[in-house]
Amino acid sequence: MRILKYLLAGIVFGIVMAKSEAISWYRIQEMFRFQSFHMYGIIGVAVTMGILGVFLIKKYKIRDYHGNPILFHPKDKSISRYLIGGTIFGMGWALSGACPGPMVVNIGFGFLTMSIVFIFAIIGTYLYGLLQSKLPH
Amino acid sequence: MTTLLTQSWSWWFSGLVISFIMFLLLFFGKTFGFSSNLRTICAACGAGDRVKFFNFNWKAQTWNLVFLLGAIVGGFIAGNFMNSGAPADISANTIQDLSKLGFNAPASMQPEEIFHIDSLMSLKGFLILSLGGLMVGFGSRYAGGCTSGHAISGLSNLQVPSLIAVIGFFIGGLVMTHVFFPWIF
Repeated sequence: MRILKYLLAGIVFGIVMAKSEAISWYRIQEMFRFQSFHMYGIIGVAVTMGILGVFLIKKYKIRDYHGNPILFHPKDKSISRYLIGGTIFGMGWALSGACPGPMVVNIGFGFLTMSIVFIFAIIGTYLYGLLQSKLPH
Repeated sequence: MTTLLTQSWSWWFSGLVISFIMFLLLFFGKTFGFSSNLRTICAACGAGDRVKFFNFNWKAQTWNLVFLLGAIVGGFIAGNFMNSGAPADISANTIQDLSKLGFNAPASMQPEEIFHIDSLMSLKGFLILSLGGLMVGFGSRYAGGCTSGHAISGLSNLQVPSLIAVIGFFIGGLVMTHVFFPWIF
């Protein structure tokens, strides 16, 4: 059961991403052309609820189910790594129409060619690891 | 009831469930960030022997790999048991824009022009899928997160780095869509 809860959370995530069409290349195109509210609505509601919830967790010092405090680790300060890395990510997102989560949901859905995208995402991550010390951060 | 399951779900419901999953993972003592799995997979394949970046205790990330497995199962359930077969319900303007690039109106969730097995067999088709994946994998690790880690988890915690990353996501996406697409397709 300890590990099974993550499987169930993943299943719910996969179903809702597929059923709200967030796994669709078309929806990502529509977003980057500003022609529908759909994707902005999904991300907007998630972030609004997220901001509210994180605020409440901090205010009331809510603990996780082990009894440990829920901590948020601030990311390293930088502009270049987030801007350059983010831009490269965005180009890939628009081209393949999927970020890492939706890639694997698509594979389960039956779009097996998305496996190629996913394998190359792993290779891309490996390339980053290789080049990390040479890149501006 | 059946139509409720097979028809597409609204943006607000999807947004609520995604934030619920983020909180669920926080409650379990974890954080919602999907692209970390790509690094974990590299490490699990032994990349840590050669590259320091992959030399970490990846077994502590097993829970996230199980979440990934669940996402595949969720996609399978949605694709096989909750699928009306209806195409992605995108706006008429997008259909029109894409038709100028040679795309037919949607017939399913994904364009055949990119994801059909025949597209994969052509050099151009293979390059689109492989370079797309390569940029997502490279960029997400360079930026330290993807849509889930930065746009959802990071923005929820009002982190400036995540805002910069999300701005980057949009610069990249807009440049690809409006500058490179007319040239690629």
